[in-house]
Amino acid sequence: MPRSVSKGPFIEPKLQKRIEEMNKSAEKRVVKTWSRRSTISPDFVGHTIAIHNGMKFIPVYITENMVGHKLGEFAPTRTFKGHGGKLAERTVRIH
Amino acid sequence: MARIAGVDIPNNKRVEYGLTYIYGIGLTTAQKILQDTGVDPDRRCRDLTDDDVTRIRRYIEANLRVEGALRTEVAMNIKRLMDIGCVRGLRHRRGLPVRGQRTRTNARTRKGPRRTIAGKKKARK
Repeated sequence: MPRSVSKGPFIEPKLQKRIEEMNKSAEKRVVKTWSRRSTISPDFVGHTIAIHNGMKFIPVYITENMVGHKLGEFAPTRTFKGHGGKLAERTVRIH
Repeated sequence: MARIAGVDIPNNKRVEYGLTYIYGIGLTTAQKILQDTGVDPDRRCRDLTDDDVTRIRRYIEANLRVEGALRTEVAMNIKRLMDIGCVRGLRHRRGLPVRGQRTRTNARTRKGPRRTIAGKKKARK
């Protein structure tokens, strides 16, 4: 079931504050975040956000098309390197 | 034979069901079309007058996205997902189920026919 519209999209308050500050001072810094559950709002466009994938931070450049998705959708948490020992030269996950 | 929305030529079925041969029109939409244009759903497609056909055609053109236009829209939506590099896009690229279904078994619709892996041992009792 989707989130109730009346609540509005969820964005981690801390993250939102940092983005707003950056927009005000027209800065562009990479923001590290663990908040994969935050929705990408139009304010984020043009920033690079380093999203935690459980192990490390994946830098993602936010474009207009990504608005409305969650940050976590852009930092895959699993790496599948293929099955089989002999066929080790199998293709590594493209991403 | 009636030609509605491009190439589709529904046959001598009831109009209701004939219309569902158009990509993008299911039974519910078909029934709504007939209700709004005032065509009896029990009639056969071959019995439609030219006037009926024109009305249905107009209605579809004005209100619905069908066939090519709809296919393009769907393809564009998928392409968008693939371009922004989100998980759903990656799943589309790899031809795996997109909405979190299991892939250990099943998922044959997305994965296609089984390809047996050589040298894989069968489970013994």
